[in-house]
Amino acid sequence: MKAAVLVFPGSNCDRDLAVAFRNAGAEVTMVWHKDNALPAGVDVVGIPGGFSFGDYLRCGAIAARSPITRAVIEHTHRGGYALGICNGFQVLTETGILPGALMRNAGLKFICKPVDLTVETADSAFTACYAKGQRISIPIAHHDGNYVADADLVARLRDEDRIAFSYAENPNGSTAGIAGILSENRRVLGLMPHPERAAEPAHGGTDGAALFRSLIGALALA
Amino acid sequence: MKARVHVMLKDGVLDPQGQAVAHALGTLGFQGVGEVRQGKVIDLELAETDRTRAEAQVREMCEKLLANTVIERFDIEIG
Repeated sequence: MKAAVLVFPGSNCDRDLAVAFRNAGAEVTMVWHKDNALPAGVDVVGIPGGFSFGDYLRCGAIAARSPITRAVIEHTHRGGYALGICNGFQVLTETGILPGALMRNAGLKFICKPVDLTVETADSAFTACYAKGQRISIPIAHHDGNYVADADLVARLRDEDRIAFSYAENPNGSTAGIAGILSENRRVLGLMPHPERAAEPAHGGTDGAALFRSLIGALALA
Repeated sequence: MKARVHVMLKDGVLDPQGQAVAHALGTLGFQGVGEVRQGKVIDLELAETDRTRAEAQVREMCEKLLANTVIERFDIEIG
């Protein structure tokens, strides 16, 4: 199983994400934003958290127009897997790979703390090792995590079982308490919480490890 | 040719920053301030000299980068 982790100027969770992928059994290559192509044979692309390009213009806006991101869009169009965490989720919505948008937290504060999430679906390569309805604790660390979607989009996400995680207590004003969503083909996940920061006992929690285990397990079978 | 782009959150999209500004104005004693909404102004210098073509070009820039049309709207001034 081959994973690529993108690195933009201002990414700061890229190495944590690489460690989580490696610990789950993936072979990981770091890919610089100016590269035009992903390494051959990449199964999953990780778009890490951080503050790519200093959050200039809008969070994730500049990264979404980077040369490597064009390659990621093509990868997802070919049915490739992608995981965007925090700033990575913002990049995925800015590219249009995932619908909706992420804007300033309703309470205006940067929030950095563990939160309880509900696993809304176990039917994806990212959530197969969880149970639907399971409560997990994963840290968030963001200023712009307020997921905005209109009523039609929320209804569609619900109908298609594409809400992956929701907040037990809405910390940031996100529509319908949405913390993470899947693409139509269920092969792209974007989420604001950081599973890579809850992936081994030294992190203080391991509830995020199952996400990486799910993904590597699903891709090993594919 | 110069262009100015105004980017604002669409009507109906909650603007927490605008609300915070409104609250701060109230704290400073300014009475009668209703809703406050905050946006961005982006000034561009363009090599293009034809107004119509310049506007079309800036419109494309807005749609592709300057605004996130999921939550934002934009207005363009040319010249």
